[in-house]
Amino acid sequence: MIRKTTNQKGWLFVAPVVLLVAFNAVIPLMTVVNYSIQETFGDNVFFFEGVKWFEEVLHSERFHAALMRQLAFTGMILAIEVPLGVAIALAMPRKGPWVSVCLVLMALPLLIPWNVVGAMWNIFALPDIGLLGRTINALGIDYNFTRQPGSAWFTLILMDVWHWTSLVVLLAYAGLSSIPDAFYQAAKIDGAGAWAIFRYIQLPKMKRVLTIAILLRFMDSFMIYTEPFVLTGGGPGNSTTLLSIDLVKIALGQFDLGPAAAMSLIYFLIILLLSWVFYTLMTRNEAN
Amino acid sequence: MTRYKWLVPALYIIFLMLPIYWLLNMSFKTTNEILGSFTLFPAEFTLDNYRKIFTDSTWYMGYVNSLTYVVINTVISVTVALPAAYAFSRYRFVGDKHLFFWLLTNRMAPPAVFALPFFQLYSAVGLFDTHIAVALAHCLFNIPLAVWILEGFMSGVPKELDETAYVDGYPFWRFFIKIFLPTIAAGIGVAAFFCFMFSWVELLLAKTLTSVEAKPIAATMTRTASTSGYELGLLAAAGTLTIIPGAFVIYFVRNYIAKGFALGRV
Amino acid sequence: MARIHLDQIRHSYLASPSAEDDWALKRLDLEWRDGGAYALLGPSGCGKTTLLNIISGLLQPTEGRVVFDGTDMTEVPPEARNIAQVFQFPVIYDTMTVYDNLAFPLRNRGMEERGVDARVREIADMLDLTETLGNRAAGLTADGKQKISLGRGLVRSDVNVIMFDEPLTVIDPHLKWVLRSKLKELHQRIARTMIYVTHDQTEALTFADRVVVMHEGQVVQSGTPVELFEKPQHTFVGHFIGSPGMNVLPCMIDSGKCYFAGAEIKTSNTVSAGSKDTAYEIGIRPEFVKLSRKGIAVEIVKVADAGRYRIVEAQRDGHTIRLLAKEDAEVPGRGTAHVSFDPGHTQIYANGWLA
Repeated sequence: MIRKTTNQKGWLFVAPVVLLVAFNAVIPLMTVVNYSIQETFGDNVFFFEGVKWFEEVLHSERFHAALMRQLAFTGMILAIEVPLGVAIALAMPRKGPWVSVCLVLMALPLLIPWNVVGAMWNIFALPDIGLLGRTINALGIDYNFTRQPGSAWFTLILMDVWHWTSLVVLLAYAGLSSIPDAFYQAAKIDGAGAWAIFRYIQLPKMKRVLTIAILLRFMDSFMIYTEPFVLTGGGPGNSTTLLSIDLVKIALGQFDLGPAAAMSLIYFLIILLLSWVFYTLMTRNEAN
Repeated sequence: MTRYKWLVPALYIIFLMLPIYWLLNMSFKTTNEILGSFTLFPAEFTLDNYRKIFTDSTWYMGYVNSLTYVVINTVISVTVALPAAYAFSRYRFVGDKHLFFWLLTNRMAPPAVFALPFFQLYSAVGLFDTHIAVALAHCLFNIPLAVWILEGFMSGVPKELDETAYVDGYPFWRFFIKIFLPTIAAGIGVAAFFCFMFSWVELLLAKTLTSVEAKPIAATMTRTASTSGYELGLLAAAGTLTIIPGAFVIYFVRNYIAKGFALGRV
Repeated sequence: MARIHLDQIRHSYLASPSAEDDWALKRLDLEWRDGGAYALLGPSGCGKTTLLNIISGLLQPTEGRVVFDGTDMTEVPPEARNIAQVFQFPVIYDTMTVYDNLAFPLRNRGMEERGVDARVREIADMLDLTETLGNRAAGLTADGKQKISLGRGLVRSDVNVIMFDEPLTVIDPHLKWVLRSKLKELHQRIARTMIYVTHDQTEALTFADRVVVMHEGQVVQSGTPVELFEKPQHTFVGHFIGSPGMNVLPCMIDSGKCYFAGAEIKTSNTVSAGSKDTAYEIGIRPEFVKLSRKGIAVEIVKVADAGRYRIVEAQRDGHTIRLLAKEDAEVPGRGTAHVSFDPGHTQIYANGWLA
């Protein structure tokens, strides 16, 4: 830990950052708050509405449905990507030329524009011309993600696993490579089996990076928009309409600014709250 | 068991490569072949799709636009984040912790929430449809990220380095540029990599803030997909080309990635 | 409990070693007596850790056999060798309590809880860890953690040998002494073979009954601390052990007599006829060089006070000779003086090795 000196000049150093981020964060946030408590019939005429929109959003079936879908989606991808990512990181070579080959190839999906990810999976999963869709149907399973909600969800989850598991792998791998060889040697001498090594050496050392992996995957999956929008457009029906997709539909599609703004704020608060809960839960032990 | 351990990453990488291969495969096919038959390799190998992209300015300008705002954003984000990260890692000042936390909350703001206000804000200041608009908008999530990563690296540099330099009579800015920055070069590389990455992959804000002049390649693709029907080969070629800049960047920073992640600051 | 024999061991980290320098360990053959306290002493990179890892089974030697009590253990994995090792940096299981850390090796071997408890408490008592048994191991200081690593080795009653790989590196100087005496005490109490790797001669000489000195992948001498001091088998040992180290001066051999700077030197060993291809040197410790009326004329260049004695640095024909003078002895500050060597402690070395 670095011992810090009190120096109010610090504000000078952070001023450019504060100005730029505030410009992007504070003004739009005020706009959103402003809309969320007013009603408009166009022509820039607004009427104060208080918390009406908040009540409306919180009581709307549509919002509940989107929130439930969002929670289901985020829950599923966390349940798959975190254990899978850890397993892959454990199986990766620790030294040698294959390490950078693995890292480069695995990082590739992270660098593909999100709509291209959606488009790529659309082409890949189409039942008539896609490799995946064609293969599944050839196995005798009726699969069409543009028509069946089940297939759409399967494709959506698989796409996210494809897209983001590497992030967990890279983080977990970095955590693993920070473990000195002596720990493995000591464990060997102590007669520890593979499970004991994982449980008492590797997992504790990965805890910090895994906390970050879970937080990041939670936040990012909760905000996901582009990939499902391009892949399924929220369909078939509303079956894959996640929170962001619904929000954009309301705001830009129907131009219902009041409800959209209220929903935005509720949405943002949910992410903040859940992130905080996650973070507290995962770091609680360390404090003791 | 350990003998077959390599199968796990190998199978995973194959899984990662399959959709990319399919995209590549399609990009070399004619529209007729894509729609008319199911082939694992292009039967009539064609470069027409790529030719179209490289000759039609609405296509290739998309790449130029994207790279332009991504580079501007990376430069801005890292430049302003450097002094801020230095202050967070070295000084204590009124409100520092709250400020740091507030910066990080912006990483949690869904772009969908900000799309419309951003459109209005940047229209109002007359920056709509410019590269700088997108570059500035992406600062919302990239600056907090860059500050976070750089602060991690800077905290790893002992304060004695600063003190020795002052004793040797270096003025602050000369010390910062000549001595301090080279010391955390790896951190700057990692921060720039992630800024590049998140700006390059983001579409919602980029699309909302542009119409013609600064339209990103990703937006060109979505519009093509929806308006001109089934030009899948062209779409696949355009998609393939968007992977290349990312692949280049990863290749150059491959040795730093693990290190950057190791700090757990992403 | 076992006698350990390293039978014609050679090791290289390269796939196909060819040149002599490719070998991290050049051929060596060593016996470790059961219950002995050994130190493996040498500078960084001399192959100490390699040798240790070969004994523990973390490394397979390229050539040769590792034999415990007549049984070939070369192919046996570390967990089956019944050895314990304390590493340079404390290895503890962060998430466990001190108690669970100590119990870990026993539980892994399927020992029943009653036996585990008795054993853990006994060892904790030995190491003064009883009061911290319930604490999280992560919160302990470096010396506490090192005690736990040691405890994990002691807790098993079937351990053949306990090895220490520079265990005091991260310990505060004033605690090093405490921990070192604790180790010595433990060795006398449990009488188990211990091998202590270090580059610090004080640690080695105070801990061990027998010190093995290594240099560039070979064992240059193995002996008691007194032997190492009085009869270094190699000039390296003379240099490395003692402070200041042994004086090594080039000499000439002529019909069985030894000459330095034109003067005949009486030595404890003799070389009958010198060969041309061999470099001869005489070695004498500063403790056995005296200022005298007659003898070899030298130029005194420096006198340093080292507490109970003074280190006098003198020169003759560009060669430095150091000697120790008592605090109250009269030492000319500068200028010409004469020195004489104690014949009983002056040795001739041929190409570095005791002739």
